[in-house]
Amino acid sequence: MDPESASDVAARLATTGYLCDGDLATVTFLALRMQRPLLLEGEPGTGKTALAEAIAESLELPLVRLQCYEGIDATQALYDWDFPRQILHLRAMEAVAGDASEGTVEEAEKSLYDERFLLARPVLAALQQSPAVLLVDEVDRADDEFEAFLLEVLSTYQVSIPELGTVKAATPPVVVLTSNRTRELHDALKRRCLYHWIDHPGLDREVEIVRTRAPEVSAELARQVVGVVQQLRARDDLAKPPGVAETLDWARAINHLGTARLDLATAAATLGALVKYREDGEKVRHALDQMLRA
Amino acid sequence: MTASVDEVRGGDEILLAFARALRAAGVPVTQDRAQGFLDAVSVLDLADERGTWVAGRSTLCGSPDDLDRFDAVFEAFFNARDGLPRTRPVPSVTPSQSQLPETDAVGEGGDEDEMESINARAAETEVLRHRDVGSLSASEKQRLAGMFATLHPRPPLRRTARHQRWHRGQVDASRTLRSSLRQMGEPTRISWRRRGRKPRRVVLLMDVSGSMSDYADSLLRLAHRLTVALRAQGGVVETFTVGTRLTHLTRAMRLRDPERALVAAGETVPDWSGGTRLGETLRIFSDRWGQRGMARGSVVVVFSDGWERGDPALLAEQVQRMHRVAHRVVWVNPHRGKAGYEAVQQGVLAVLPHVDDFVAGHSLATYAELTEVISRA
Repeated sequence: MDPESASDVAARLATTGYLCDGDLATVTFLALRMQRPLLLEGEPGTGKTALAEAIAESLELPLVRLQCYEGIDATQALYDWDFPRQILHLRAMEAVAGDASEGTVEEAEKSLYDERFLLARPVLAALQQSPAVLLVDEVDRADDEFEAFLLEVLSTYQVSIPELGTVKAATPPVVVLTSNRTRELHDALKRRCLYHWIDHPGLDREVEIVRTRAPEVSAELARQVVGVVQQLRARDDLAKPPGVAETLDWARAINHLGTARLDLATAAATLGALVKYREDGEKVRHALDQMLRA
Repeated sequence: MTASVDEVRGGDEILLAFARALRAAGVPVTQDRAQGFLDAVSVLDLADERGTWVAGRSTLCGSPDDLDRFDAVFEAFFNARDGLPRTRPVPSVTPSQSQLPETDAVGEGGDEDEMESINARAAETEVLRHRDVGSLSASEKQRLAGMFATLHPRPPLRRTARHQRWHRGQVDASRTLRSSLRQMGEPTRISWRRRGRKPRRVVLLMDVSGSMSDYADSLLRLAHRLTVALRAQGGVVETFTVGTRLTHLTRAMRLRDPERALVAAGETVPDWSGGTRLGETLRIFSDRWGQRGMARGSVVVVFSDGWERGDPALLAEQVQRMHRVAHRVVWVNPHRGKAGYEAVQQGVLAVLPHVDDFVAGHSLATYAELTEVISRA
């Protein structure tokens, strides 16, 4: 079940179609072995979220995802009581028992706070289902207070519910946090995690990724597309350099048009899959002109 | 996990020494981080250099800025070819205050009428408020430093997607329903709600190049005052310096004591009084921070005189880009408020079409006006 080495991790991830370099595999291995959360940062579209999905799939664990947003709080991350159902339950008890059961008020109260009225939100769900993979996506979007609360859960892997008791994970879940660096995370949270910055992959690796993720794209086209994208990334005047996700989209788009070789007309027609800024579009069109004509 | 403690002891010492070296190079390595590093290496093979490198990066670093330093220290520590430590670029010292004689006449006319001296003092303070901070003497600067506490900035507000309870406004249907459910379905009081309000983020970008060096000290004090005062009201202020490179200064500015904050800032910023590549550094800011969310919907304040050595077209393009992302872009120019000023610098001409406010910033009085502009943004 548990991977034995970094290369084992890389091999397992590769079976799910996620190709990573040795460093990322080593960090993932460390995170699994040391049972520490993994904090991933990097450009958008470099596969931060995909890594969590791949880990879950390769270890055959359920993936529980917590998407963070501004104003998220404990009731959306941990648990909540299903209020309407509790009311229904109360009404149903009234209807059935009438006023015959006077001594059972406490019991009735107790039955209201039963596990079946508990709505498990992602963090609690991950603890209950453990072993599981808990993905805390875009943690930088949540507020500072939420980070403090997350810290508490991540350090003990348990949640206490006043009405029910403490829920503790039998085995700590594999936790992956991703951040886009819209703000600096708190040091206390970072300290608990293993940190990794995911870079754009190299030429050969990216060709492999395209071939694995989009097998319908021919080897030649994949190499051409990746070559162009890598050259674009090397320029530093683009507002948003294309990520791996954009490369995949672009390769698929060109393939859908039935072109086997990249040419200027197809490239220009499908540019919307690659760049998402008007200013960038002009620059890329110009660059493509030079690259493909040569 | 490991073999015996004795066996790895020598290795541990080397690794801890490395962690120390890293701390000396400015990466905030704490005891538990170092412990995590040892644990990580013990899981891997110590002889595997790449593995040690990855383990160190993931346990000892916490941001991309740390990664570069880590690489440099790692290289110097484990692969020192000439046996000598590489020299670290020493950050140049903060412009030191000149040793002018104290002209602050405190007790000269000791037996004068007290009321008169208070009046004189008040007038002096008022004069100091309007003086150009670039032309102040050392002792005047010292007195002005205390006066920054008289600034009381309020955070700019924005509406949030979430609603809050209010005593009028829209009907809060779900809250009303819930409270009626609590009463077993009896109709109860109607709850109302309105859109919530939250402080907007304020981003300060301060030019610390040579031409702005007279103002650097007071700009830092202003940034510190804004950071502390707005934080107390729930707001967020992020501070960067721009010059030849971009430096994130927020952490230093969050220290409560202004003097300590200034010292910390002096240690953090490597390019005091250097050149200006404003367009270039603004581009780095937008790439690394701004576009991802830090500048989105926030009030961006740029302090610069617009003396740009690079291409003004690039500067214009970058400010325009920032303007599209930010809620409001305020440009503060220390020369703006001076008599006979005309916007002739190429940099200023280039950015003027893309900023919302172009304000003066050379004296405490203008700083007070600036805080007003920020809070109304």
